[in-house]
Amino acid sequence: MITLKYFASLKSIAEKEEDHLDIENPITIDQLSDIIAKTVPKMGAMIREKKVLITINQEMASVDTIIHDGDEVAFLPPFSGGAK
Amino acid sequence: MSTTTDAKIRIQLEDFSVTDEIEAMKKVSRNIGGITTFLGTGRELSKGENITKLNFEHYPKMAEKKLEEIREKAIKDFGIIDMSIIHRIGPIEIGENIVLIVAAGEHRKETFVACEWAIAELKRTTPIWKRETNSKGEVWVQDTP
Repeated sequence: MITLKYFASLKSIAEKEEDHLDIENPITIDQLSDIIAKTVPKMGAMIREKKVLITINQEMASVDTIIHDGDEVAFLPPFSGGAK
Repeated sequence: MSTTTDAKIRIQLEDFSVTDEIEAMKKVSRNIGGITTFLGTGRELSKGENITKLNFEHYPKMAEKKLEEIREKAIKDFGIIDMSIIHRIGPIEIGENIVLIVAAGEHRKETFVACEWAIAELKRTTPIWKRETNSKGEVWVQDTP
């Protein structure tokens, strides 16, 4: 099982803060986006179009990062902490 | 309400005292000859809209880890003695403290540079998000100037 986390503006798009997903084999981010798109099409599209940052176990993911059972996958909109 | 602890990296709901944080930093080393601080506070006007309230959210553990990376790199790359970074989360009123960076060094020059670099790096790499409330409702801020 993998854990999916959504932050800030993405929570309202995904309509959840956290989700869990059973995977039988390691999957790619593209494959994960296809799975998510089945229930939340807009979220799936944002992942495919690279409009969100993705971390795996709190490390930035790249296009070829493989997701394994037990991983924590987080979807992050652009950051805006600090102050101007 | 404010808190001061020995931790150099903190993400907290509570307010902090700038004076207390500077005094804590001064105790780190007798070789400190200059301290530069950056204090970010809640601003009322944003993109022409009057903001009534701010709310900050973070990705626990990852945000703290990024702030520690910034601190360690600032010390290493700029040759400062130490740095503390405190960022508040949760609801914040206009005028309240949001973020504090304290950079301490033997001389002022490296502390100015390290402090400016650290706040820019914080905004670029640390998973913290700001939600503004104005007369039209709530909006997540996504620009990172």
